[in-house]
Amino acid sequence: MDRAIEHTKYLIAGSSHAALEAINAIRMHDAEGPITVVTRDSHLPYSPTVLPYVVSGKSAPARIFLRDEDFFARNKVSYRPESGLKALHADRNSVELVDGSSVVYEKLLLATGASPAIPPIPGIDTVSYHVLRTLDDALKLRGAIAESKQAVVLGAGLVGMHAAENLVKAGASVTIVEMSDQLTSGYFDKVAADMIEQAFRDAGAKIMTGSRVVRLEPSPAGAKLTLENGTTLEADLLLVATGVKPNMGYLNGSGVEHQQGILVDDRMQTTAANVWAAGDCAQARGFFTDTKVMNAILPDATIQGRVAGMAMAGDPGIQDYAGGVPLNTYHFFGRHAISVGSSKVPEGGEVVTRFDEQTGHYLKAIFGADGCLTGIFGVNEFFDGGVMAQLILRRTDLTPLRERFVANPLAVGREIMSQTWR
Amino acid sequence: MGRAYSTIAFDPAKCDGCGDCMTACAQAKTGTDDIARSRIQIYGREGAPDKTFELALCRQCADPKCVTVCPAGALNKDSTSGVIGWDASKCVDCLLCTVGCAYAGIALDETAGHVSKCDTCDGNPACVPACPHGALKYVTTANIYNEVGDWEDLFAPGLAGCQGCNTELLMRHTLRRVGPDTVLATPPGCVPGMGSVGFNGTTGTKVPVFHPLLTNTAAMLAGIKRQYKRVGRDVQALAIAGDGGASDVGFQSLSGAAERGEQMLFMVVDNEGYMNTGMQRSSCTPYGAWTSTTPVGETSRGKTQDAKNLPLIMVNHRCAYVATASTAYMEDLYEKLDKAIAASKTGFAYLHVYSPCTTGWRFPSNLNMEVARKAVETNFVMLWEYTPQDGLHFTKPVDDPLPVTDYLKAMGRFRHLSSEQVEHIQKKVVENQKFVERMTEHAHVG
Ligand SMILES: Cc1cc2nc3c(=O)[nH]c(=O)nc-3n(C[C@H](O)[C@H](O)[C@H](O)COP(=O)(O)OP(=O)(O)OC[C@H]3O[C@@H](n4cnc5c(N)ncnc54)[C@H](O)[C@@H]3O)c2cc1C
Ligand code: SF4
Ligand code: SF4
Repeated sequence: MDRAIEHTKYLIAGSSHAALEAINAIRMHDAEGPITVVTRDSHLPYSPTVLPYVVSGKSAPARIFLRDEDFFARNKVSYRPESGLKALHADRNSVELVDGSSVVYEKLLLATGASPAIPPIPGIDTVSYHVLRTLDDALKLRGAIAESKQAVVLGAGLVGMHAAENLVKAGASVTIVEMSDQLTSGYFDKVAADMIEQAFRDAGAKIMTGSRVVRLEPSPAGAKLTLENGTTLEADLLLVATGVKPNMGYLNGSGVEHQQGILVDDRMQTTAANVWAAGDCAQARGFFTDTKVMNAILPDATIQGRVAGMAMAGDPGIQDYAGGVPLNTYHFFGRHAISVGSSKVPEGGEVVTRFDEQTGHYLKAIFGADGCLTGIFGVNEFFDGGVMAQLILRRTDLTPLRERFVANPLAVGREIMSQTWR
Repeated sequence: MGRAYSTIAFDPAKCDGCGDCMTACAQAKTGTDDIARSRIQIYGREGAPDKTFELALCRQCADPKCVTVCPAGALNKDSTSGVIGWDASKCVDCLLCTVGCAYAGIALDETAGHVSKCDTCDGNPACVPACPHGALKYVTTANIYNEVGDWEDLFAPGLAGCQGCNTELLMRHTLRRVGPDTVLATPPGCVPGMGSVGFNGTTGTKVPVFHPLLTNTAAMLAGIKRQYKRVGRDVQALAIAGDGGASDVGFQSLSGAAERGEQMLFMVVDNEGYMNTGMQRSSCTPYGAWTSTTPVGETSRGKTQDAKNLPLIMVNHRCAYVATASTAYMEDLYEKLDKAIAASKTGFAYLHVYSPCTTGWRFPSNLNMEVARKAVETNFVMLWEYTPQDGLHFTKPVDDPLPVTDYLKAMGRFRHLSSEQVEHIQKKVVENQKFVERMTEHAHVG
């Protein structure tokens, strides 16, 4: 059968946060231009971030979808699941999909996110293991957790920690193996990480930081892990959560420049004409550095998706992307940790911390030499992360308020918000 | 079509930090007196010379960031109420919404262990009546826009008016309200200037419109209305005139029609001068104001006479209905418009709307409503209504007016005023207020 090649004005690859925000932004400015969404996933849009709760059973799989069919119909969006991008021909404004069909676009957004990075451990191909990035992964893991007596989680980032908590709560004996010498490094400092570690130990989890797996092999239980120091571990469930890598295999030969991710300018445009990228697959300006960084977090995916959508639609209200600010929230065993901004102390900067052992309230604030906040981190100490992010982005000088601010970032942050950007 | 929504408004100037709103919210939402759990939070600003208060409260954003960052689909904007609702059964307690919101509108309720946010108590917010100082208001004006938005716009699209002028709002709202069975008279002034009389041989309205002389508007409209009556058609006779056309040269025909009780609605859009023709003074121009015929130079310091109070003069015609109104108070304006339309079925209805003029009064085009509001808050302009049955009464009494300088300094036409001139104006404001107050006292005497 001779298939007519589909033409669309806006082609969006991916159907998660960056993609959905881009659709919103495009429709704010262009109510009619045809939008086509092609995505690798077979479901309606959902967030990878909700998956730990699908695994734990807190979220019913049928209720996690962020949009329904009606949304796409109302917004005149053609939604095509199971239509991953296979190859991009930027010179011809066309893409090839996994089913062999082609789509010709006027503007293309690459919002293909990331996938689990699988470490090159010898023998990893010989054992079966879980990852957690898609709904199908989550459903598989949920089934396996119910059966597991003896689980090993590789990697103590937030994905691994979430899964480990679920496993502990499901009654398995859990070991977390992490290469670096603290948990959740990159998100939280040593003090906070120690608090998190304590909570896991109290719940019965085994934590092995500074440990490297050097070999994996099948065993009667499932998999046998050998660590660098010779220790061996048996696992009936192995979860690999050692980080992510952007989905950009389709770029090969397209001429679109990429390093760790797809390189974009401050309007999310790639080095190719009519092609933009946003979210976990993009490498964009960092707020704290002049270099381009990966800032693979949900809030940034939405911000980048919006900038890209506005740029694609030619919305004159567009503003340049201000640069990625790390933002993380983490809920563990009924406690919470929040981190906003950079954990690096800038030159001439200052760190203020307070820790109340009794209540377990921990706060750390970092100020630059100019008196502006550059990072704030709390465990069991609630403050408005969104307000803090604005203080950082607006480079608000907090020198006159510093003492009060550190004593009560919630109240003082809100005061400043109400005075300055009400 | 987008919808407008009701909203909780905070006036920090009226807040004394008592926290009663927070107690009311905590009680309504958590059944406790723990104000830390209130979804409205008032903060005292320390270090400021006079104590002022700050607010953290969800704004029910049109473009809510909390919704976009929620991974669980637990937050959604209700398209009928505009409220961002939180679905406890979907929430996974990840706190990402608190990182997305820049306004501290959604925060962790540590006792409950979940986030919480204002839901306006289903349109009946507990905090608002709890405020003993009137610092919180639940503004429902949006209902008007939603209702009116469903009616047919009888004015041509596009506009030839000055940027920021509120006259378009008046024309479109009034025409929508009176509906298609209307004959409209628009004498020379800003209203025809903005296009009511049309271009290239077509009218600018979807109802019959005519362009009388400044002098004979009310007379012509009265004749047309009588002719329709004679042939048995019930049409609404409506005039939208400027203050020049009404208070100066057009006054004799206006006074005559009012005295005869002609069945019409006569709306005056009072921008205190002949703004359309180059900003000349009228008898409604206030004392001290700059106009092109009351210039400011070495000897001249703006207008040397006080303004004529045209609506009070209309009261003395014992019209079926007389009222003053302001676009800064749309609910009030709408009530008066409804009453004026009803009164015009049997007699003469007169509606005097104050209309700040961005060009002639010299203020930035985004401040029209603010200037209109300041006029009322200083008592420079008073909002009242009159019927022969009930007499005159204030509809927005201002018991504690701001100093008139707050109004005067909001625009350029008063910039040159000497302190004596300001004093004169302040005295006049007080005098006018007393004068109208006396009329309200006499209202029920007979
Ligand atoms: C378990 C877990 C927990 C997390 N927790 C947090 C958290 O607490 N806070 C936080 O900020 N972030 C968290 N994240 C990260 C967050 O989910 C991501 O930053 C965010 O989802 C990025 O959105 P995105 O739209 O860029 O990409 P993704 O969400 O990765 O979506 C990519 C989309 O592209 C599609 N796709 C992939 N390849 C192709 C292709 N070739 N062609 C077409 N479509 C394709 C996919 O099907 C998917 O629809 C978590 C992630 C995981 C996995
Ligand atoms: S919680 Fe914040 S972002 Fe969400 S609607 Fe309220 S003010 Fe807006
Ligand atoms: S805490 Fe609940 S409402 Fe807020 S972002 Fe997370 S899931 Fe959504």
